[in-house]
This record gives sequence, structure tokens and C-alpha cells, in this order.
Amino acid sequence: MDDTICAISTAQGIGAISIIRVSGKDAISKVSKIFDGKNLSDVPTHTIHYGHIIKDNEIIDEVLISVMKAPKTYTKEDIVEINTHGGISTTKKVLEILLENGIRKAEPGEFTKRAFLNGRIDLSEAEAVENLIKSETDLERKLALNQMSGKVSEKIKKVRDLIMELLANIEVNIDFPEYEDALVITLNNLPIKLNEIKQELTKLLNEAKIGKLIENGIKVAIVGRPNVGKSSLLNALLGENKAIVTNIAGTTRDIIEGELDLKGIRLKFIDTAGIRKTTDIVEKLGVDKTLNVIENSNLIIHVLNNNEELTKEDKDIMSKIENLNYITFINKDDLPTKINYNSKNVIKGNTKLANGLDSLKNKIIELFELEKISTNNLEIVSSARIIALIKEALVSIDNALNNVSEKIPVDMISIDIKKAWDLLGEITGETYQEELLNTLFSKFCLGK
Amino acid sequence: MYDLIVVGGGHAGCEASHAGAILGLKTALVTSNIKNIADMPCNPSIGGTAKGIIVREIDALGGLMGIIADKSHFQIKMLNNGKGPAVRSLRAQADKITYPKNMLKALNDTPNLTIITGMVEDLMIENNTVKGIILSTGEKISSKAVILTTGTYLKGNILIGSENTPGGPHGEARSNYLSDNLKKYGLSIVRLKTGTPPRIKKDSIDFSKMQVERGDDKYYTFSFDTEPLYKINDQQKCYLIYTNENTHNIIKSNLDKSAMYGGYVTGVGPRYCPSIEDKIVRFHDKERHQLFLEPESLYYDEWYLQGFSTSMPRDIQEKMVHSLNGLENALITKYAYAIEYDAIDPLQMKPSLENKIIENLFTAGQINGTSGYEEAAAQGLIAGINAHHKIKGIDPLILKRNEAYIGVLIDDLVTKGTKEPYRMLTSRAEFRLLLRHDNADIRLREIGYKHGTIDKLRYEKLQEKISNINNIKNVLLNTNIHLNKETKDKFINANLEVPTRSMSLYLLLKRPEITIDFIKKFIPLDYSLDILEEVETEIKYEGYIAKAYQEVEKMLKLEEKLIPEDINYEDVLNLASEARQKLEKIRPKSIGQAARISGVNPSDLSILSVYLKKKYHK
Repeated sequence: MDDTICAISTAQGIGAISIIRVSGKDAISKVSKIFDGKNLSDVPTHTIHYGHIIKDNEIIDEVLISVMKAPKTYTKEDIVEINTHGGISTTKKVLEILLENGIRKAEPGEFTKRAFLNGRIDLSEAEAVENLIKSETDLERKLALNQMSGKVSEKIKKVRDLIMELLANIEVNIDFPEYEDALVITLNNLPIKLNEIKQELTKLLNEAKIGKLIENGIKVAIVGRPNVGKSSLLNALLGENKAIVTNIAGTTRDIIEGELDLKGIRLKFIDTAGIRKTTDIVEKLGVDKTLNVIENSNLIIHVLNNNEELTKEDKDIMSKIENLNYITFINKDDLPTKINYNSKNVIKGNTKLANGLDSLKNKIIELFELEKISTNNLEIVSSARIIALIKEALVSIDNALNNVSEKIPVDMISIDIKKAWDLLGEITGETYQEELLNTLFSKFCLGK
Repeated sequence: MYDLIVVGGGHAGCEASHAGAILGLKTALVTSNIKNIADMPCNPSIGGTAKGIIVREIDALGGLMGIIADKSHFQIKMLNNGKGPAVRSLRAQADKITYPKNMLKALNDTPNLTIITGMVEDLMIENNTVKGIILSTGEKISSKAVILTTGTYLKGNILIGSENTPGGPHGEARSNYLSDNLKKYGLSIVRLKTGTPPRIKKDSIDFSKMQVERGDDKYYTFSFDTEPLYKINDQQKCYLIYTNENTHNIIKSNLDKSAMYGGYVTGVGPRYCPSIEDKIVRFHDKERHQLFLEPESLYYDEWYLQGFSTSMPRDIQEKMVHSLNGLENALITKYAYAIEYDAIDPLQMKPSLENKIIENLFTAGQINGTSGYEEAAAQGLIAGINAHHKIKGIDPLILKRNEAYIGVLIDDLVTKGTKEPYRMLTSRAEFRLLLRHDNADIRLREIGYKHGTIDKLRYEKLQEKISNINNIKNVLLNTNIHLNKETKDKFINANLEVPTRSMSLYLLLKRPEITIDFIKKFIPLDYSLDILEEVETEIKYEGYIAKAYQEVEKMLKLEEKLIPEDINYEDVLNLASEARQKLEKIRPKSIGQAARISGVNPSDLSILSVYLKKKYHK
């Protein structure tokens, strides 16, 4: 960490401005050397300056340069940010000039690593940075920002304090057995305390599930027998919102056909091939194979035809999705009703006139309580690592509760309780774990 | 010319000189007054929570405290008996006349050991190495190593109200110059404070108004080698009383007169052993505080008023004592006092208890910032062993945190230092389930044998115990109960739930309600009680013990990440300045030890690890 590093910090694409971030003890002096403008070593901290990047007396780009001196910076080191204007090739040229001047290219996640190592942010905040960079919807950004600002750490610290209070009480009982100064924790009153802690942990975990939704989106599968209007429904849903249709692979092996932002949550429509090419998925793969897709999704939209009676195929699909999270969309309600079907979560409409689409969306909002999420304070946990640790802590508390019923002495049960405390400490980085650092930092994307 | 000189004859000094002498060193114990050998200037008890386990550990390592305590007490109790086996601990009311007498006899019987009377005021130092001591008479005595166990005698000040009298406990002469001289040699000196409650004349106490506290009706010994020397029914009684509103009012209206609150004390006192005025100020909503009345000795009639330590002036002490139920007419034979004394900053010691600045100089006991007879004795023993090892060029004995409370004690001192007199608590030990009263010999006798303080006979006795334990476990594992009528009756008669299926006795013993005593109904187990209890604990809590070992593994991994001795912390960039200063001062041996330093945060550890990896490929 004794050298100076740089990287392009903005998304690499076509944009009006790109920012190159330089951090380290030589950041100011080295950038000053290639900058035609004020002497950056003399300017006050946290100021911005106009000028040009030059090489061999030639102007490379017209830039604005922000100078931020340690320690009040992202990395707690001197930071210079160069706002370039000339598009990506010019930005890359400026970066090259920096590298020629002995500034090293940052490894993925290195700025954040420095921020962590210099004590600027804790582990859970560092993790949030990664999510922030990846975030696409507004909600995701808010969530990541909240985690970054330490709100999650604060919540976890609160539960930790609750645990510590209990532990301290048990310790006092042991070390001063003849004194009645403290409440004596016994197998009778311990469960009350443990359940309090359990409740707090469960609350965190439930919030975490919402966090996961925000981070990963809702995977939706549209199913139905041939010619009921699945692809028209998808097109209607996507088209209306001019959703970006890309063929990028999702987190699983599913192909995401298109995405729709609903109250800040991404609806990801999975399994493209079948539906879009009108080659029907059920037709092509058979009901059994469709099942895989169905089970991999968070929501199923089953499309039926209002103008036809229920067929065996319809009923087959129904039996498969019976125990899953599904909505039935009865299409073609502009035609005479021949279908006889009643169930929960039924929406009628038709894709031709775009009827019923809003009802469908509202139903999704209702099912996933999306309204609540968007109005909620988003101090939620979303990282898989954090969730796993909370779950483990919860297991420790459950162990403690079990051992109470096994009549194990309180001072031994305190070992389980201490374990939960340690695990939560790992989230905020108060428990030292080197391996964790390594895995964590290798996950960061470039430059941040 | 001696091999080893031990300065001070308190609990640390006794163990240190005894250990040095039995290891074959020509040893001198220098005390200012031979009458004060193994003096107990404060509470009349040995042991207590965690401390009782330390006494067992001292015994397991060949020290004297356990044996002497067994010979010298008139009441003994197992504390925390209702809790788990990990936190049980013995406490004995030791006779303040008998204990020192028995200790002196033991020292006189120790070959290679000479007791010298004199006040040590300076050290002989050459090239930062200690070469002997200089007495107040100017006499010089040379030695290869010196252990300082000066207790509260370094510039001791007795404080009663606004009165400030130079002197050690009981008004004994204090050492006026030694601590200044130590400062001169580069040691940093801190000022600490402790206190003791008033003593009451027995005849003036109305015991009828007090609640009796008896000893246990079961036999115990501290030592693994002694049989109980007392009769259960001959044990002396102690008494429990409470402070009341009147007491509190007297204290509140006279606070400014106490040495502590009047601003007459500069030393830092312990939080866990507060004076009564402290308790009333800090816990002002409490209506009463517990006090215990304990006899000091069978040979004189003074009683110790535990929990009533104060530095109030004498007239206020009179009023305070007389406000207590049963002490309305009490005669105070000794007034309570606070005592301030010089100690060294324990961060200046190596884990062997050798000083980092002056070679071959060791320190043990209150001079290192601890409190308590047991903590002192433990350090004395280790300092004695390590002074011997240093002279002979042997690696020092450094007990790990998972091996002994003594290991926790010394590691805490040399890693974290202390701002108040340090007392051992079970909560300081992260592996207390492994550091039990019952298994101290299994943990430490072999180590004692290896280091020369445990003889072959006692070592073989341990081996026999271990093989007995393993045998019993095997038998229990291979013996099944069958659910016939006879078996069922045994459960029913003992008011226990009848199992629904057959199982081994081993599994049966795992059940919370089943004791090893009950197991004896199925199979004869002709072994001593301590062996059977050990088996019961190990089987019953097997799961937790296994978990504890997993945690130990984790800790040891970090302990194994060594930090090179020549590391220059100035080269490790980006360390927080507090962390850098602490690391520079303490110079931890491993990342594990560094992690325990307060003020060294996880981010500092990451930086340090990255540096070590880059520079040393560790």
C-alpha cells in the first residue's frame, strides 16, 4: 500500500465524461506533472480545477481535476480524480500517461481494499460497495448505499450488544457467586433472553430476504399450452415499458428473456427460446422438462385461453404448479367465455388490447409486498455472506435454547451464545479473519 | 554468590524461591522481616472463583500454595457448585497464623534455600544485566538472576481519610529507593492502589443477628497429593450481614473525607473490589450491600469485615461499622485503609516474566500490577522456573491460554498490560471449559515433570489416573443396559425416566439427569471420587469440550503466524498510530498475540499480515 494506484472509475461505455481515480501518496505530485493548469500541490483540499492533460507539450484532453487530500477521502489517502471529456479512447490515453509516470494500475477492488485497510470502512460496508457498483435499479442503489453508510453494521451491533449484555450477566454470576448484585441467569429465565435475541436475528433475516429480492430480482416463468398467447403477453409486458431486451446469462443457467422494473424490483422473465420463437416450450421440451424452469423461478404466470374449455394439458400444468407461487392469466377476454375456471390469483384480460396488464402487475406487487419495500427504510442486509453468518448465529442461539431444555449448565450454554456474538462480529469485521478478506476482495470489480 | 536472589517473602516470593531451589539453584530469599513470610495482609482466604483453579494449577506444577492451604484452613467451600464443572472453584478460610507458619516451615525444609533479612534498595547492574542486589546497609549480594516480588512495599503509602503514612501493610517499613532506582534503569513505574476493610474484635460482635455461612459438608483438598486434614464438623462459621440506609447516609454525608473521594489518592484502584464508598456512589439505587464477617485466625480474636473496604477517617469508620446490624457495639481493632504503591508496567516483561530492559531480572506478583495471593503465587512459581531456565540456557516455560489460567494471566499482563490491579476472573479465559478445577493435574503435571518441578512419583501417579479414566470410559462404552424389570426398577426407584431403548452406559451418562453415582448401580466402579467425577464431566460435556478444542485450533493457527523479532514497525505503512505504538512497545510474538492487544484493530492486523506476506513470504 505504499505505491500510488489509478483506474477508470466510471462505467466503460459511451458517455460524456469519464473519471480516472488516482490514490496514494504520490497522487497529487504525479498528476500535477502532466497537468497544465494550477500547481495541484498548492491547492486546498477538496477543490476542483480546470486545465489540460499534456504529453510532450501536446494537449491530450481538456479536464477538470478534483484534489482531495488525506485523510478525508475514500481511501484515507491523497486522491486525485480526473474528469476527462474526450470519450473512451482519450480516457484510456490519459490512463496510459499516468501508468508511464509510475502510477500502478489498480487491481479489482483495490480502492475499496485500501479504504478498508486504512480503517475508513468496515467489512460490511466494503461489501456494499461491490453491490453498489453492480446495482441497476434505484432501489438497489439505495440498499447498497445504506449498507455502505454503516446502517446495517449498526443494526448488527445492536443485536451484538444485546448478546453481550446477557453474556456479561452470566459472567458476573460465575465470578461473584455469593453476591446478589446482578440478576441470576438460570435455566428458567435464560430462554426469555435467548428468544429476544432470536427475534432480533430473525427480523434481520427476514429483511435480508427482501434484500435478496432487491438484489437478485424476481424470476418469472410464463407457462401455458400452445397458442394461448404467452409470447404476446411477454411482448405486451416488455413492450409497454420499452424494457431493454438482452440475452445475458442470469445467475443460474437460465436465459433471461427480458427485464421489467416493477417498483424498483427487477422482474426477470426466464426461458426465452420457447416462448419467443413461437416454438412452444411445452411442445418442445414436454411438461416434465418445463418443470425445471418452473421450479427455478420465483413466480409463474400460467396463461389460459378464455375462449376454450380447459384441456388436459392445462390441467397437467396446473397440477405441476399447484404448490408454487403462481398467477393465472386468462387471455382473450374479448372473445366469448367458454372456460370454466376459478382459483386464487386469477387475472382476466387480453394482450391484443393490452387489457388486464396493470391488474397483473398489481397482483405481482401484492404477492411480493413490493409496495412495502419501496416505502420501507432500506436498512436491509443483502449480501449472501452476511445472510449466511446471521443464519449461523441463529443456529447457535437455537443450540443454546435446545441445551436449556437439555438442562445443560448456564455457564456452558454461554459458549453457544458467545459463538453467536463472534459470528456477528465477523459481519462487521470486529472478529479477525484473514481468509475472509482474501475471498472478499477478489470479488470486487475493477477500479472501485 | 547465589544463583538466584528472590526479593520479598510474600506469596510470589515463596513460590519463586522454592521453585528455584528445588530445581537446584543456590537460592536466597531476602525479606525485610522474616515474620512476614507468606503474610496475608488482606482477606483471610485462599482461592475463590478462578483463583481456586489457579491454586490447583500451582499444585499441579509443583508449587506450595495448595499443600500449605490444605494444612492451614478452618473452612472450605466449592463455589459455583450448582453450576457447570468448568466454573467450580475452591475457597478456603485460611488461618492467618497457621498459613505463614506452615509456609515458613516448608521453605526452611527446602534444600538450597537460605532466608536473609534485609531491605533491598538497589540492584547491581552491568551491561543491562542484573548481577545482584544492594541492601539498605550498603551490603552487596551477587547472583546470576534476581526475582523482584516486592508486593505493595515499593514506596507504600497507607491512607486513612486525609492521613497519609509511608509504610507497607501493618505499618511495616517500606522500600523507599528501589522503585526510583528501577526508573533510573529505564523501567516505567505506575502507581496502583488497593484497600482493606476494618477488623472487629470477636467479643464485641452480636452473631445472633447474623446469617450463618458454613463450609461444605463434603471433603475437598487443593492439592492433588494431600488427604483432607480437617473434620467437616470442626469447620468455623462465617456470617453474612447487610448494609442499611443508615450506613449509606453516613457514607454519603462524609464522602469528601475519604482518601479516595477527598482527592488524596493518586493510584488506580481495582473496579472488581471497590471500596464501600465506591459501591454506594456507583450503585446508588441499591438499598443494601452484602458483607461477610470472617474469622482471621483461631489464635487471635479479630474478624475480617469483607466488602467493607474504605479509606474514611477513623471516626467515620466507627459510625459506619456501628450502623450495621449486630455490630452496634463493635470494637474496631484495626481500621480500614487504602494503600498506594509502585508497580512496573507489565508490558515491559517478556512472557517468561523476564524484564525486557534488564536481562536476568524477573518480576512477579503485585509489582507486575496484579492483585491477590493466588495470582502472585502463580507468577512467582513461573518466574522461579524461568529464572532457572535462563541461567541454564533452557527455553522458558510459557503456558498457553488453552492450558492454564496461569497462561491467561501472564499473556494478559504482557499483551494487554493493566491499568488497575489485575484479578483473575473466569471470564478472562476464553477456554474455561478446558481449564477446570478437576483436570488441572491432567493439564499441567506432565509439563511440570518436563520442566523439573514434578518428581517421577507424582508423574506416575498422574499416568495411573489417566489410564484409569480411559479404562472406565471404555467399560462404559462397552456395557449396555437391557430394559428388563430389574433395570426399569432402578430408574423408577431413583425417580428417573425409564429409557425407551437399550443403550450403553456411556450414552446413558450423557443424559442430564444421570449421575455417575447412578451408573454405579449397573456396574461396580471402584475408583476414587475425583476420577469418577472427571469421567462424568468428560462424557457429559463431550460435545462442548469438542467445540472448545475447535476454537483452540483456530487460536493456535494465529499463534503460529510468527512475527519476526527484528520487525521494524516503522516500515509497516498505514498502521494506525495507536496500533503502531502498541506493537512497537509490546512486540508480540505472533499475529495471534497481536490480535489480543487493545487498540490493534482487525484492519491493522490485515495490514500487518499483508506486510509479513510481502516481506517475509509468511
